[in-house]
Amino acid sequence: MAARVRSFPDVLLSVENISLSFGGVKALTDISFDIAKGEIRAIIGPNGAGKSSMLNCINGFYHPQQGAITYKGVRRSQMKPHEAAEQGIARTFQNIALFRGMSTLDNIMTGRNLRMKTGLFWQALHIGPAQREEIENRKAVERIIDFLEIQHIRKAPVGQLPYGLQKRVELGRALAAEPELLLLDEPMAGMNIEEKQDMCRFILDVNDEFGTTICLIEHDMGVVMDISDRVVVLDYGKKIGDGVPDEVRSNEAVVAAYLGVSH
Amino acid sequence: MLGAFLETLIGGLLTGVLYSLVALGFVLIFKASGVFNFAQGAMVLFAALTIARLSGEIDNKEVHLANFVVAAAILGVAVALIGWYAWREYVARGAGPDERRKMQMLAAVGALVGGIAAYSYGKGAWPIWLAIAATAAIMGLLAYAIERLVLRHLVNQEGIILFMATLGIANFLDGFGQTLWGSDIYKINLGLPKDPLFLFENVFPGGLLVDPGELVAAGIAAGLVVVLAIFFQKTRVGRALRAVADDHAAAQSVGIPLNTIWLIVWTVSGLVALAAGLIWGAKLGVQFSISLIALKALPVLILGGFTSVPGAIVGGLIIGAGEKLSEVFLAPVLVKAFDLAGGGIENWFAYMLALVFLLFRPQGLFGERIIERV
Repeated sequence: MAARVRSFPDVLLSVENISLSFGGVKALTDISFDIAKGEIRAIIGPNGAGKSSMLNCINGFYHPQQGAITYKGVRRSQMKPHEAAEQGIARTFQNIALFRGMSTLDNIMTGRNLRMKTGLFWQALHIGPAQREEIENRKAVERIIDFLEIQHIRKAPVGQLPYGLQKRVELGRALAAEPELLLLDEPMAGMNIEEKQDMCRFILDVNDEFGTTICLIEHDMGVVMDISDRVVVLDYGKKIGDGVPDEVRSNEAVVAAYLGVSH
Repeated sequence: MLGAFLETLIGGLLTGVLYSLVALGFVLIFKASGVFNFAQGAMVLFAALTIARLSGEIDNKEVHLANFVVAAAILGVAVALIGWYAWREYVARGAGPDERRKMQMLAAVGALVGGIAAYSYGKGAWPIWLAIAATAAIMGLLAYAIERLVLRHLVNQEGIILFMATLGIANFLDGFGQTLWGSDIYKINLGLPKDPLFLFENVFPGGLLVDPGELVAAGIAAGLVVVLAIFFQKTRVGRALRAVADDHAAAQSVGIPLNTIWLIVWTVSGLVALAAGLIWGAKLGVQFSISLIALKALPVLILGGFTSVPGAIVGGLIIGAGEKLSEVFLAPVLVKAFDLAGGGIENWFAYMLALVFLLFRPQGLFGERIIERV
């Protein structure tokens, strides 16, 4: 398991001293780390460590009480989710958040939402620019469907698909936006070995082929150490480790958080 | 006999189209936010009242100047907001932060124009087209107010909480409409032809009697229904609406702004309420009972499915035709067989039909089947 060693000179996103609390519960305390352009960055930690809260801060679902996030050189303390999407941040969710009533195709088409610009007027008539645009974007979606090998479920309502495929459709929807930064919240949770391997392959391919920066949360340590360039470790809302997989693996605090130590 | 049957059927279908229109208002909001909008009936009444009062002649002693000043101001602001939205949508997509100042200026100009309009038309009797346009603007503004004051604070809440909120909106609108416009019975004169038409006189003795006013109304309603159906099924905004209905968080994550979508939906359903209020008001007169039309839409929704635009259309037609046919043909039979005092089937037949449907297809004719993986 040789960790891949690649170098990334540019910082895409940096998190500075983020603190987030819900009432008296401190979800995140003074967290700082950065995500370099083009890398695969993992966030790991035991249950309840604040990993999902961190992602939710990055894409604007949560607004941290303290700290700031600098994305593409612009520093801000809060951002709305749809603004994050406009800035090129796409994501998937821990418990799948697909549009259950819609087909696979329509689900992925919603990911193109921001790429489509024709006004309401043309859309209402469904002619001219609106129709051309619909066709163009449909092509892009078909490419994603091919890429993720889900041609056979193109028209199926996603609510009826098996779990692994739903996760894949959700990835497709995020990819459809052609994001610069892709946030994946436990993309492999609940999958069998084969499905996990597929998902790993897709994540690596997305990173290689499109140069998409990826930030993922994952529990499967084998997977994390294999595919990520750098790993940040959270425990009880605090950062306890940050570095390349080998460093993190040998970090005592990390080992303690995972295995427990006698004090 | 066949002639009488067809005549009843046609009359029923024409009424049915109007039911579809009301039901459609419900479906739109339900699809886009998963909320059964209890205020739809109140919106129909409010729209009808507004049109009636703006277009109707008003006795001198009845003039409440304040009403018209308020209406005109609302109108002005609404015109300005719509103008601003159009400007942003078509001319300067994604323009900078000075948008807001321009909007404020537009609103000021709009209010001024509205004030002048109010002064010159202070006694009502606006031409019908102007009254309709003004009401459309007011419905848009109402949608904005509902989004801003109520819905925005309830993002990611349970459906039942949003439902309770619409109950509140319904009560408020019922009262507010009467505060603003009074509670008398008003007329809307659309200038529709009144003389009955006789079709196929050479086929059936005496021909088929059809009310041309209903024909025109049904035509308008049908056109509206078709446009809306295409809009919601085939366009980007339509897809965004369905996305919002399914999952708020996921919709936001792909860059769909929840607030804008809700504004669009409520505006559209406000316009649908306007059309329904206009047609029903012209037919029955504008009175409080119009808001109960909402209840007529319930069996239509159960029949067609809460989430289906085609369902609302077909359901409306079935209920409309079923009602009239049962009244004319089933009632006499029942009255005779059981020695009843009278018919009145029209009033409960729709609900019976809906109940039977519920037993066999709980999701309605075209509704989405609910499938849960366990």
